[in-house]
Amino acid sequence: MSTQGATPVFLERRSYRRRRMMDALRLLPILGVFLWMLPLFWPTPADGPTAPEAVPLSTAATYVFVVWLALIASAFSLWSLLRARPEMDEDASQELR
Amino acid sequence: MASVNLLIGVSLTYVTFLFAIAFFAERATARGQVTWLRSPLVYTLSLSIYCTAWTFYGAVGYAARSGMEFVTIYLGPSLVMIGWWWALRKLVRVGRAQRATSVADLISSRFGKSNLLAIVVTIMAVIGVTPYIALQLQSVTLSLAIFAEPEAGALNQTGAAFWVAFGLALFTVLFGTRNLNVNERHNGVVIAIAVEAVVKLIALLAVGVFVVWGVAGGVAPMMERIDASPIGTWEMDRSRWLALTALSAAAFLALPRMFQVMVVENEDERHLQIASWAFPLYLMLMSLFVVPIAVIGLDLMPAGSNPDLFVLTIPLAQGQVGLATLSFLGGFSSATSMVIVATLALSTMVSNHIVMPVWLSSRVEGAQVSGDVRNVVILSRRASILLIIGLGYVYYRFSGGGAALAAIGLISFVGVAQFLPAMLGGIIWRGATRWGALAGLLMGFTIWVFCSLLPSFGPGVVLSSSVFEQGLFGLGWVRPHALFGIEGIDPTVHAVAWSITLNIAAFIIVSLVTFPSPLERLQGAQFVNVFDHSGRAQGWDAARATSEDLMVMTQRILGAEEAQTLFRLEASRQGLDGGLPEPTQGFVQHLERELAASVGAATAHAMISQLVGGASVSVQDLMAVADESAQILEYSNQLEAKSHELSRTAHQLREANQKLTALSVQKDAFLSQISHELRTPMTSIRSFSEILRDTEGMGQVEKTRYASIIHGEAMRLTRLLDDLLDLSVLENGQVSLRHETGGLGDLLEKSIRTAQAGSTEPLTIRRRHVDEAVMLSTDHDRLGQVFINLITNARKYCDAETPELVISVSRDGPNLSVSFADNGTPIPDDDRRVIFEKFARVGNQDGSGAGLGLAICREIMTRLGGDVTHVREAHGNTFVVHLPSQSALAAQ
Repeated sequence: MSTQGATPVFLERRSYRRRRMMDALRLLPILGVFLWMLPLFWPTPADGPTAPEAVPLSTAATYVFVVWLALIASAFSLWSLLRARPEMDEDASQELR
Repeated sequence: MASVNLLIGVSLTYVTFLFAIAFFAERATARGQVTWLRSPLVYTLSLSIYCTAWTFYGAVGYAARSGMEFVTIYLGPSLVMIGWWWALRKLVRVGRAQRATSVADLISSRFGKSNLLAIVVTIMAVIGVTPYIALQLQSVTLSLAIFAEPEAGALNQTGAAFWVAFGLALFTVLFGTRNLNVNERHNGVVIAIAVEAVVKLIALLAVGVFVVWGVAGGVAPMMERIDASPIGTWEMDRSRWLALTALSAAAFLALPRMFQVMVVENEDERHLQIASWAFPLYLMLMSLFVVPIAVIGLDLMPAGSNPDLFVLTIPLAQGQVGLATLSFLGGFSSATSMVIVATLALSTMVSNHIVMPVWLSSRVEGAQVSGDVRNVVILSRRASILLIIGLGYVYYRFSGGGAALAAIGLISFVGVAQFLPAMLGGIIWRGATRWGALAGLLMGFTIWVFCSLLPSFGPGVVLSSSVFEQGLFGLGWVRPHALFGIEGIDPTVHAVAWSITLNIAAFIIVSLVTFPSPLERLQGAQFVNVFDHSGRAQGWDAARATSEDLMVMTQRILGAEEAQTLFRLEASRQGLDGGLPEPTQGFVQHLERELAASVGAATAHAMISQLVGGASVSVQDLMAVADESAQILEYSNQLEAKSHELSRTAHQLREANQKLTALSVQKDAFLSQISHELRTPMTSIRSFSEILRDTEGMGQVEKTRYASIIHGEAMRLTRLLDDLLDLSVLENGQVSLRHETGGLGDLLEKSIRTAQAGSTEPLTIRRRHVDEAVMLSTDHDRLGQVFINLITNARKYCDAETPELVISVSRDGPNLSVSFADNGTPIPDDDRRVIFEKFARVGNQDGSGAGLGLAICREIMTRLGGDVTHVREAHGNTFVVHLPSQSALAAQ
């Protein structure tokens, strides 16, 4: 439950930082979708003889796993940072306004 | 080579180990040591039942066939977990707040606790998941057969499948239905699947490490071999890459077994935050070595060997029996944990939404029957478990275990993904209705059956090949792989795209055109705004239930001890010492939720409504929806208005009574007055007529004088009687009015002349002739009579030194009034109230009037449609004659 009327226009630095980290957490899956859907643009042999040379499987697999690892690392670091900075209001951290 | 018997021995030992772990976990729970059982780690590991034997064996086979495509099945869930804030957070909160026991329970609860919806979801889930269970049985027997190959004929595959099914059923029955838990959590099962999760991860990683470093000789040579293999280039059907990622994400949310571990077994919402990065890590590790194993398998194994079993056959071919056994255990773990949780989830659904409602309705006594219902619930759970595993086994027998593992898995995924629109739509959109959800589910399900399930048996088995080529009933646009005539789409993508799209479309369109029941709207608000208020405002007419009934029912579901604790806590919360708590609305709601955790929302709702009476719900809920406080306010306003009305009526009655009393006094006074009035003239008439008769030699002058007196007295009598008669006629409504048109000024002039005639000291009358220029259409004689009466009264009773009467005409819109204001002593308040009554006379005036004049005036005005009132002035009295609006014509 937010106390909208009482919320000041400018948040103190701490909770401002916290909220931006929540924003990052929320945007992370969108970044993930973008990066993992990028292979849709890669050429494949089915595109015909004029298509550029196909990507080797080892490169493709490395790419997918590196993205995976990066997403996990980002999620982990955001989680641990958020946990280290508990907001005063527990409810607000659930709401993440 | 490991003998089958050794393998079976290892399996049995492993299973015994699992039984022991589950048993000790249950023991620890009973002792209250649950903290370590419910750590975030255990939660994350329990989520790994997403990775079934399909992952363990099938992923490698999938990679061997289609390269990197296998990974989409793990990308979707990873995205869902990393994006937990978007959907999972709300799903878990709603599921916990509503005590949902299954996907079917959640959907039915959201849409007004509709059991019809729960039944549909349950049947769909059973149909969708049974092939998946069959797949697990198949993978276990296939892997056993691999070990048995050298000693041909040593393994009876169907027999093995039967024993595996039997063992799994036994485990699920033992640990899944040990007790009817208040929160439907199974610590034993969860800890066992967490252990299995570790085993399968270690097994797969061990095989992977062996393949990369043991066979290929390091990472760099491995990469070279990958690129050199038949699947060495990026060959991707783009639509499949996109569709399968989305499908796996959807299935991850909608799979009944995932709901069980993710929502039902969730102990703390914070565990979800940890799992948001830990579970993608698990999935990544599970997928890491899939491509290397597939590549090495394609390289080393003879052509035609089943790529689904490379995880086993590579170590065996390399003589690594120990590793192969570990790998077998990993596959075995994947299969068993999936079957156990899936069966548990499905049996909860079947028992809560099909068996229990049927059982309850088949009992005439309903919910109030004595005896422990828990036994019935547990029995029905166990029967459901046996039924579902039995169905899986039957499916396995009849499908013959032929199709590639991945295909069955995908078909199952498309089936359960049909729940997603109703599930997510229900928690984000308040406008979603029961009929919308039903329409969406049935639409999606139908398309899934036609485009995905039935074609999977191959042409000519269920659907004839003519249906594939020419369409259903020869309709070209209903072909299983080319709906609406759009050809060339990959069959899986085709099924996903059409079923989900049309499912969502039906869900939204039907929701838009139907109207939800009050309970649905209430639940919708509860679900969608779960973060704003987690309390429930559903109105039970609690006063209709007795605490004893509720206690009896609760005992039968939760058990005596649990129920008594619940009731004791409530009683002490209500401030009652001992005894049963009052059945307040809040308590009944709380109770319903506790029961829902055991038997599902729809059944709990039905049971409570049997005691409380369901009929009250709709009205009560509407009141709640329309804001309870507003209702109370309105009610108190109504009460206030009523009490005002009552006191007003009482006041009027009191006034009427006073008036009646006054009238009665006046009537008595008048009777003596009238007799006096009549006797005085009669006495003089009698006396003077006697004188005339008896006196001899009376002069002419004398005679005339006496006769005149007699005549005058007789005239006075006549006048009195005329007045009385006039009034009587007016009051009885027998008067006939003669309407004519004339000027108000003339009428006043005539009236004044008549009233002043014969008067010795005439009244000074002031008028404004300009105002009197009004044409009237009314009975002029009667109106004149009123005016004459009023003027005569003023002349007679005005006690001022120079009596004066001001006659003024005023106009207010269509209303015309003529006022007669004198300058005499104002009439006292006591008399004012009765001056218009018959026989009323003001003060002790001379007896010349009978008190009928004003009564006649009022009667006449009432007949004419107007009124005459008295206005009290500081000096003098004003009588106002209100003329009916239609009588005044346009001014001249």
